Amino acid sequence: MSVGFAVRAGAFVLAVGAIALLPRFISDFRALQLGTVAIFFIALLGLNILTGHAGQISLGHGAFMGIGGYTTAVLTSDFGGLSWEMNDLATVPIAGLVAGVVGFLFGFPALRLAGVYLALATFALAVALPSLARSQKLAGITGGSEGIILPRLPPTGDWLYYVCWSFALPMFVLAWLIVRGRLGRAFRAVRESEIAAVSSGISLPLYKTVAFGISAFYAGVAGALLAIPTTAIFPDTYPVALSIILLTGVVVGGLGSLAGMAIGALFIQFIQTDGPQWLQAVLDRVGVDINETAPGVPSVLYGLLLLAVLLTARSGVAGLLARGVSVLTNRIYHRPIKRQATPSRREA
Amino acid sequence: MALLELDSVTRRFGGVVALDSVSLAIGEGEIAGLIGPNGAGKTTAFNVVTRLYAPDGGRLSFAGRDLLRVKPHRIVGLGIARTFQNVELFRRMTVLDNVLVGAHSRTGFGGEKEARAEALETLSYLDLAHLARRPATGLPFGTLKRVELARALVSRPRLLLLDEPAGGLNHEEVEELKGLIRRIRQDFSVTVFLVEHHMALVMSVSDRVHVLNFGRKIAEGTPAEVRENPAVVEAYLGA
Ligand SMILES: Nc1ncnc2c1ncn2[C@@H]1O[C@H](COP(=O)(O)OP(=O)(O)OP(=O)(O)O)[C@@H](O)[C@H]1O
Ligand SMILES: [Mg+2]
Repeated sequence: MSVGFAVRAGAFVLAVGAIALLPRFISDFRALQLGTVAIFFIALLGLNILTGHAGQISLGHGAFMGIGGYTTAVLTSDFGGLSWEMNDLATVPIAGLVAGVVGFLFGFPALRLAGVYLALATFALAVALPSLARSQKLAGITGGSEGIILPRLPPTGDWLYYVCWSFALPMFVLAWLIVRGRLGRAFRAVRESEIAAVSSGISLPLYKTVAFGISAFYAGVAGALLAIPTTAIFPDTYPVALSIILLTGVVVGGLGSLAGMAIGALFIQFIQTDGPQWLQAVLDRVGVDINETAPGVPSVLYGLLLLAVLLTARSGVAGLLARGVSVLTNRIYHRPIKRQATPSRREA
Repeated sequence: MALLELDSVTRRFGGVVALDSVSLAIGEGEIAGLIGPNGAGKTTAFNVVTRLYAPDGGRLSFAGRDLLRVKPHRIVGLGIARTFQNVELFRRMTVLDNVLVGAHSRTGFGGEKEARAEALETLSYLDLAHLARRPATGLPFGTLKRVELARALVSRPRLLLLDEPAGGLNHEEVEELKGLIRRIRQDFSVTVFLVEHHMALVMSVSDRVHVLNFGRKIAEGTPAEVRENPAVVEAYLGA
């Protein structure tokens, strides 16, 4: 067992302890917000396996969250002809599986596409879902534009916090096991060179569809959990923007870094909503006066913040932290070494 | 019976006939060379054998099996491993992980420990063990070619396809490579099929040499025979 492993395991245990104790020190409202952070964390973990590891971009993961959310709503409510009226928490894994199967199947057409084309195809999914949910033909299942009311009353912040983190932590461990093993390595091989991956015995159709399936499973679980505090879901509970927000979260947290997804989730929850106000307060201080009520101003401020983050942390915030730590540890553990001449990329 | 057999294989790219009814056979245990001027179709031949490109006509067989019925990702499992002319590594992965991917076809889930041991062993064999934890990106071209060789060898192939292994090597390294190719044949009991522009290298290690020019096979024989062959001399002088 390597030192790196011990350090990571130690950090994980500390994080679990902190997460378990945190609600004692914060308001119920903050706990509610941090419960939602766990939901985004789950969705980002899955998206990162697909995009960060397997190298397949998705602008449609909000739709997989929606499929998860609708699955939970349908299974729990007494709506329509199908009244299963299941316990909502029991439906969460089912919601994950339903979304996972859809994601796996969606992987097949996605096989033929790469880069921008794949982004567009997945985006189409995100665009289609709200319209599908609204359509009259499916209203018997989705409730149309009226949506579906869930049986559970709005939960307390603490309840949501503990429920969501109880899902998030095991799913983090699962993601970690996937990523560090043979499957994750095969995903990264597909990302780095499809030709070499195939020539090494990796089936592109199999691994791409499996990556889509796994990430959609994560999104489905997240979408189901999101339905619970929402207490009712409508076509616009999972809007097109959600898909873009998720991809932003993955990039901000750091493509390929699982722990970084916690940062991405915090970014989604707090910077998206409060960031513009913060930035505005700062701008006020330095004497820049902005009319915050003008339409679009918060979005522009958010855009500026996002740009700032991406420019300072090219490999996501996780990458920035890792670089900072390695600068420190290098200072501590290594005497300055003579720089080797950088080997030229190509001597041919 | 030949280990690898191409029978009238043709492959076109638009108007270009990259392979024009090429037939050749390679016996088990041989080191076979494939030479020809730039654009002669050598890399295309490898790409057809590894099923990255479908031929427009002709037949291919490996150890008596019809390769045209084999999916590309099953080729390595059958025992054909390759390296690439311009290096196709997983650049942002470590050298060890690159080689571990090479073991993918041989080890199932749960075979991780064994795969790791074999990957490290293969890296030591090629004097790369000290680079195991380094990312592939940033290593010199010659080293990258060696990492690719390790990735191919760890799959324990019966047939090893090397596309310009001497690319990017200096004079001494080419000398070393000659010995290495012969040793690999011995130690891994593998058949080697080698594309190379470095004539001294091909002529000294090959048992037989096949010559392509504009997609056609123009000669075949021992290195001595090929060197004397007027068609070969002309192809090279005319190029
Ligand atoms: N994917 C492709 N698309 C279009 N044309 C191709 C493709 N691959 C090869 N060709 C063409 O087929 C012909 C043979 O190319 P190939 O790469 O097999 O030559 P080669 O013998 O390996 O040459 P070199 O020694 O320069 O590597 C060339 O004319 C090349 O332009
Ligand atoms: Mg070539």
